[in-house]
Amino acid sequence: MDPTIILQAGVASGTVLLFATIGEIFAERAGVLNLGVEGMMLMGAMTAFSVALLTGNAWLGVLAAMLVAGLLSQLHALITIHLQADQVVSGLALTFVGTGLSLVFGEGLSKAGGGALIEPFSIPLLASIPVVGPIFFANQSPLVYLGYLLAPAAWYYVYHTRPGMNLRAVGEYPAAADSMGVNIYRLRYLYVFVGGVLAGLAGATISLAVSPGWFSELTTSGQGWIAVGLVIFAQWNPLRAMFGAYAFGALRRLILDIQGPTVLFGARNPFFYNPYLGFFLQMLPYAFTIIILVLGSREAVRNRLGAPAALGLPYVRGERGR
Amino acid sequence: MTDTPNVVTMRGIVKRFPGVLASDHVDFDLRRGEIHALLGENGAGKSTLMNILAGLYRADAGAIEVHGKAVQFGSPRQAIQAGIGMIHQHFMLVPSQSVTENILLGLTHPRFWLRLAENERVVSELGERFGLKVDPKAKIWQLSVGEQQRVEILKMLYRGADVLILDEPTAVLGPQETEQLFKTLRNMTQQGKSIIFISHKLNEVMSIADRVTVMRRGRVTAADVATKGSTTAELARLMVGRDVLFRVHREAQEPGPVVLQIEDLHADNDRGVPALRGLSLEVRAGEIVGLAGVAGNGQRELSEVITGLRRAKSGRVRLNGENLTNQPVRKAIERGLAHVPEDRNKVGSSPNLSLTDNLIMKQYAEEPIGRGWRLDAGEAAAFANRLKHSYEISAPSVETQARLLSGGNLQRLILAREISTKPKAMIAMQPTQGLDVGAVEVVHNLLLEQRKQGVAILLVSEELEELLSLSDRIAVIYEGTIVGDVESGDVEWIGQLMTGSSGAL
Repeated sequence: MDPTIILQAGVASGTVLLFATIGEIFAERAGVLNLGVEGMMLMGAMTAFSVALLTGNAWLGVLAAMLVAGLLSQLHALITIHLQADQVVSGLALTFVGTGLSLVFGEGLSKAGGGALIEPFSIPLLASIPVVGPIFFANQSPLVYLGYLLAPAAWYYVYHTRPGMNLRAVGEYPAAADSMGVNIYRLRYLYVFVGGVLAGLAGATISLAVSPGWFSELTTSGQGWIAVGLVIFAQWNPLRAMFGAYAFGALRRLILDIQGPTVLFGARNPFFYNPYLGFFLQMLPYAFTIIILVLGSREAVRNRLGAPAALGLPYVRGERGR
Repeated sequence: MTDTPNVVTMRGIVKRFPGVLASDHVDFDLRRGEIHALLGENGAGKSTLMNILAGLYRADAGAIEVHGKAVQFGSPRQAIQAGIGMIHQHFMLVPSQSVTENILLGLTHPRFWLRLAENERVVSELGERFGLKVDPKAKIWQLSVGEQQRVEILKMLYRGADVLILDEPTAVLGPQETEQLFKTLRNMTQQGKSIIFISHKLNEVMSIADRVTVMRRGRVTAADVATKGSTTAELARLMVGRDVLFRVHREAQEPGPVVLQIEDLHADNDRGVPALRGLSLEVRAGEIVGLAGVAGNGQRELSEVITGLRRAKSGRVRLNGENLTNQPVRKAIERGLAHVPEDRNKVGSSPNLSLTDNLIMKQYAEEPIGRGWRLDAGEAAAFANRLKHSYEISAPSVETQARLLSGGNLQRLILAREISTKPKAMIAMQPTQGLDVGAVEVVHNLLLEQRKQGVAILLVSEELEELLSLSDRIAVIYEGTIVGDVESGDVEWIGQLMTGSSGAL
């Protein structure tokens, strides 16, 4: 129950959520809701672990995971963008497809032993800053450091660059962007792909860095869904996503750690002696996600949070204006 | 031909849509520095022709020359590159983005970094030069409709357009804003821009355009008409192919007792913001009260509260003394309240149901159509046929789906249904919006006929002229309250009240 360790581990496990959340932010900013994050993450985690095991190179595993999850996302893109099917249904289906495929291809993988992993390291100087250093810069995975760079870069891209402005326009009012010569279909495919690639990276982060190994669907244990909820919590803003992801990561770690000691604050630890209380605690992040998703599905709340106005709507040329 | 060279020449333009010849060998030309009106009823093919020029549609046949060079546009972008920009009726602006961002949208420069500050300066300079003042930093949703239109025009000017096509630009503006727009347009022609002004409003065409091309049913019925030396009546005849009565015949009649009474009504809009703030209004039997106002000042909410579709927070709606506030819609219908909603296609009718089903919607529970829990299909069809005949709804049969009707016929259907209930009061929201001159006349006559029958009519419209010719009194709504009650047709005063610039609040 060392707070520094909880926060340090929270940042590491929050990095998984961070990648997946930012990926989903890109897709949703372009107007495509992809509920297949969990499935894409599982495919990513499985691919990363297998490739690292076969080739002995963990970074090859990461690349393969990003590519495979990116390709999987294009199935959702095809179904929702060109065939204009319902995004919720297609996204749910994508989760089933991703989960199923990863279980089939990952059969036996959990007993295959350890392959190459991505080794953590400390950043000299920064790691010696009091309080902040040990949490953020000591003995962390390079993927965690990548997360520190990705979130601000994504934020800057969305709000301060021309392609970012086009991205926001595509998710807000595609007809306006179309009339100005922005290719809606191409951009939507692209950003769904980006979402898939980052979900794959999130999966690889689990299986090669944060909690190495392949534990079938327990590898991700629903973190893809938490990411979908975090997008709403973050109000589609990558910087807020960073805060939310690390907070959720730390919460998950705290829930694990609080069940460890027999004595808590000088008293008998109820979470140790009563396993049901522990289960209750473990449920909390998911319950919270459900609450966010329910609240976030209300039109009025969405408007107030600044949800992309065209989120979930297929774009058909000719149905201009309204 | 003339000493001013043509900026745009279109020859023999043909465009076919399934079942319609929208453009039938149309010729059109635009001279430098002129305002050229394209006049015609709805569905005459004006917008089709201009969408071809703006690169949105491809013509099936015909040739287009811009500045003497033959062109063929595959997309709006190519048209804009050739200097042709179209401002559509529905604005193509992203509400959550700023004015400058909207203007930069889709451009290839700046390549990656936005450099907002620099471009904001360019935008405000451009606005100053053409008299299109708007804050470049403001978000679109913060702007009035008139300001949004300025952004649309700026968008085209920023791209270097020298031909501007405006599709019904005044439809969304109040009188003062329209005047402002006309001033800007004249100013732009002086700086060498050429303007095509699509409209079906004769008076506006007379006051702004130099020349007029009139279209009817996909053909040009008159080209190169100078507005100097023509009269409104002449243009109207060219437009509809027959003489149109402009003065509707409204006989003087003493209004009866108060039928519809609204007292201190408060209600919120969909976003939970107060839309009605203590509105009071009375309509007497045999009286048409016109409600004038710029769209979005509470008209829709008012009609919804009266008809029971929206909850009032406080206040009273009474029909013949009986309280209707926050009562079921059914009760209002039973007590004799007729409703002609603004949205004919989704609220006023059910598009996928037949004419019969749409016509019996307010009678199905009563004898002889409704018998207990059963519907008498024969009686229903007979009832529908009777109405179809007497209101001249043109459709193959009463089994035709309502969505296949034209706007004018659909409005006849709705009026037929509402009038068949023998109402005591009627709320008519924008009953002639988007209808052609012939259909407008029918609607006007039906409303006047109801007035004669002693129905209390509340007519909500954004067409001041319509209100002036039909109403016994005009009430002006602004920000959810009635700011003035005008009996004579003082247009300027009404305009000031509508825009809140009267100081009367």
